[in-house]
Amino acid sequence: MELLVASAIGLMTACGTYLVLRKRTFPVIVGLAMLTYAVNVFIFASGRLAIGLPAIITDGATYSDPLTQALVLTAIVISFGMTALIVMMALGSFLTTGEDYIGMDDDAKPAAKPAAKQEGDA
Amino acid sequence: MSLALIAALPFLGALLPGLLIRAGRNACATVTGLVTATALLGILLHAPAVMRGEVITTRIEWLPALGLNATFFLDGLGLLFAGLILGIGLLIILYARFYLSAKDPMGQFYAYLLMFQGAMVGIVLSDNILLLLVFWELTSLSSFLLIGYWKHLPEGRQGARMALTVTGAGGLAMIAGMLILGDIVGSYDLTVILQNKDLIQASDWYLPALILILIGAFTKSAQFPFHFWLPHAMAAPTPVSAYLHSATMVKAGLFLMARMWPVLAGTPEWFYIVATTGLVTMVLAAKIALFKDDLKALLAFSTVSHLGLITMLLGFGTKEAAVIAVFHIINHATFKAALFMSAGIVDHETHTRDIKRLGGLRHLMPITFTIVCISALSMAGIPPLNGFLSKELMLDAAVDMPWLGNGWIIPVLATIGAMFSVAYSFRLISHTFLGPVRDDYPAKPHDPGFGLWAAPAFLAALVIAIGIMPMTTVGGLVQVTASAVIGAQAEVYITHWHGFVPALWMSIIAVGAGLVLLGAHGRLDAIWLATPRPDAKRMFDAVMAPLVRVSRSITDRLHDGSFARYAAIAVLAIVTAGYYAYVSGTHTPGTRTMTPIHPVPFIGWVLLMGATASLFTFHRNRLLALVLVGVIGLMVSVGFVYLSAPDLALTQISVEVATVMLLLLALNFLPKDSPVESTIARRGRDGIIAGGAGLAVGALIYALMMRDFAFPSISEFHLANSKPGGGGTNVVNVILVDFRGYDTFGEIVVLGIAGIVIYALVEALLRGGPANDRLLAWLPDQKRAGDRHPLMLVVATRMILPIAIMVGVYIFLRGHNEPGGGFIAGLVVAIATIMQYMASGFGWAAARQRIDYHAMIGWGVVIAGLCGVGSWFAMRPFMTTNFGYFKLPFIEKFELATAVIFDVGVFLTVVGAVMLALASISRIAIRAGETVNVDPFDIQPDEQPNAKEAR
Repeated sequence: MELLVASAIGLMTACGTYLVLRKRTFPVIVGLAMLTYAVNVFIFASGRLAIGLPAIITDGATYSDPLTQALVLTAIVISFGMTALIVMMALGSFLTTGEDYIGMDDDAKPAAKPAAKQEGDA
Repeated sequence: MSLALIAALPFLGALLPGLLIRAGRNACATVTGLVTATALLGILLHAPAVMRGEVITTRIEWLPALGLNATFFLDGLGLLFAGLILGIGLLIILYARFYLSAKDPMGQFYAYLLMFQGAMVGIVLSDNILLLLVFWELTSLSSFLLIGYWKHLPEGRQGARMALTVTGAGGLAMIAGMLILGDIVGSYDLTVILQNKDLIQASDWYLPALILILIGAFTKSAQFPFHFWLPHAMAAPTPVSAYLHSATMVKAGLFLMARMWPVLAGTPEWFYIVATTGLVTMVLAAKIALFKDDLKALLAFSTVSHLGLITMLLGFGTKEAAVIAVFHIINHATFKAALFMSAGIVDHETHTRDIKRLGGLRHLMPITFTIVCISALSMAGIPPLNGFLSKELMLDAAVDMPWLGNGWIIPVLATIGAMFSVAYSFRLISHTFLGPVRDDYPAKPHDPGFGLWAAPAFLAALVIAIGIMPMTTVGGLVQVTASAVIGAQAEVYITHWHGFVPALWMSIIAVGAGLVLLGAHGRLDAIWLATPRPDAKRMFDAVMAPLVRVSRSITDRLHDGSFARYAAIAVLAIVTAGYYAYVSGTHTPGTRTMTPIHPVPFIGWVLLMGATASLFTFHRNRLLALVLVGVIGLMVSVGFVYLSAPDLALTQISVEVATVMLLLLALNFLPKDSPVESTIARRGRDGIIAGGAGLAVGALIYALMMRDFAFPSISEFHLANSKPGGGGTNVVNVILVDFRGYDTFGEIVVLGIAGIVIYALVEALLRGGPANDRLLAWLPDQKRAGDRHPLMLVVATRMILPIAIMVGVYIFLRGHNEPGGGFIAGLVVAIATIMQYMASGFGWAAARQRIDYHAMIGWGVVIAGLCGVGSWFAMRPFMTTNFGYFKLPFIEKFELATAVIFDVGVFLTVVGAVMLALASISRIAIRAGETVNVDPFDIQPDEQPNAKEAR
């Protein structure tokens, strides 16, 4: 199971990183969402895996690690707030400039120059 | 009053002027004055004890492991400086109230001033050299703000930057020196260091430490060759010049030399570095001062010269000279602050500080003239004023002080310095105030109101009082201070008449020659102007320009504004660092056995991996990308269920729903596809970076999961205490609302802020401007649905709403013992409400509920906070919860915990933030021409066909 979790985290990280390196706002947002999954599962998994042992106190059983779960729970909710905020910023900059390009001058898209600049200032 | 409190008072007080400026300028100045007066009172209350020779200390342990403690002590030296800083500070606050014009932001000024004051008081009271360094840097930063206060003046900005660069760089050198010193002694406590003279002076590291510390002191006190920043700092408003550049900040360097005198002084190295620097500075700056036409520049160079004089006295390394240095610090503070303020008055009234455009002001400004006369005569060293007393003593100390075996050099140069001092002091009086009244002043001058001249007049009165009765007025203070400097009982005997000693003749020569110089000023000035001089600013700029170019080219290459570039560099750096750590460390194989893989989870894994891999290929189709994200999120949730984390699964799946809805709504206004832009090479490069990151993270977590904890985990504590200490069996929830309630409180505050920022963003977009125009002209790029509010969906969501809310309440209530809690309940209720919006339209749904989401966020945070405060009333620390078991008829025994109140706060904040975010997008849609429906359905089932046509 550890191998499956680790490979999933690895692939989600790779996918998230690749999308974050794109030059349009929307893939970057999706990439950040992917990285969020990867990071949350990473933190969760650092409490080690356990099957069928939820951290609900019963009589004398062993439990999964509650601490990493508590950390990740708030992280999931906060990451929703952050995603919502970034989405609105991306939407705002697209509506303001008519462009969702976020590269710079040397990135071989001459037409997008002014738009990209304004975004950088905003 | 505790010394720590005295040092903290100005910092705390710095919050007040900014607030009280709304109540008017007088209120603002008064409260600033009160803060300073309170701190001064605190110092004065300790004064009797200090005058008896006691040392007051305050010790607060902060980071004992690093030797960094907030320890303060007050001895004679600290008393003198704290008194000067706060006393003159009070006068400056009064003066600034009338000096600043109505256009200047006064609240800002007083806030900066108090910050600076706090930093200065901190320096002179610190007993820990690390703490002292922190305050030292704070004075550089706050003086930067003060010098550049008039942001519209380029000279102000450049002067501020130059001052910060020079004093900041000096501060860095001093940090190194102080650390060496602390290392030699083995303690960072000043009181300990001061008792280890022999240890320090015998160390091989004595000279490096000495030089580094002196660089810090010399830059701060504007000693040659670092003197050039001070005249440029004169672009500051005059109250700042009077405060920072005459009375306090530039004296911080002197303070440090005086403070370190017992352990650093007395060696030939000290003598040749300090005394020589002081001597050169004194003569050079006095000469330049004579040829400056700007009143403040003249005073600036004169300050540099007098600081040189004091440095030289400290450099002599004899006890007598140290006593004179202390006395001159007091005298210089009185007459120089008075002169700066008077120069400010002249500038304020005539609108010029150029001496060549002034003259004859004696009749027009008699009060100012009197103040300047007294102070300038003292500066020139004319009996019986206080400047005379210390200058005579200085000349006396200079006699027979051999320099490289030559007994003439120092006395002669000291006399020449005194001569220039006489010349520029008299020039200040005669060229500004004497002579005929002119008719070409830029403004018609007259004496200002009492408020402006009260402070300098008070100082001028002090000049006379100290001058006439030195032993009565300051004799005791000088004695206590000097004793603190030399670390032994100081002998103080100040008198006007020493007999026909060499110092008297030197003094007479200085005055005579100075007057001759002044008489010949016109011709000398012509020669001065004709000879080329090094321009400090140009040299400084020439040094700075290449540095700026280099740092700019590095910054531009790393941070050119492209997000992709930042991200790539960051990822590469992290992966490389991790790889280095991996290859350079040692590691053993994992000890845990792998958990078995069952078929069903394996299928889930295949789905997850498949969806993720497809994202690489299909991310350009944005809608498909969202669907794939949904699949991945679902699989992650299922994974949480399987891996014993029911709370996480519930949270993840509800957040997933909200996130996908939000992204779908946003996508409505964004392009539906991402074009192919990057070259294949670039995509390959990104792929390699991403692959590296994925491999690294995957390998790391695999290695982590296959090993046991290196240290015992604190999870055991939470598991053991959840039921007995927190009263709940769901440990995750108890951690959230109880053990780590403070963290959760912070997190809901962040969530609430995110919600409100989203609202503000939309508000700003819709207020007008290009975004608003674009929305008004919006044409949908996709086909619209024929029936936007289908009957089936509307009816279904109505049915679901009460059930969903019931589920929310249930999840909320059971959260303490079973999976659930405020976060999840909040998300469930928010989604149920959003369903109504989606089914019947935003307008229709919004008209039927009167919930203000802002208020909801606010109440959530307030309730959670009050729940924490409530534990104070039970005499327990913040956010301590309590619980009990109750029995009501007909139902079994149940538990009530105060944590549930906290959870209500969490619930409200989550609902408010989620709803505010989604409602904000709806507002954009309405602006883009989305019709607001008043009926629940577009097609009314009971509507007759003809009636529809009639509409």
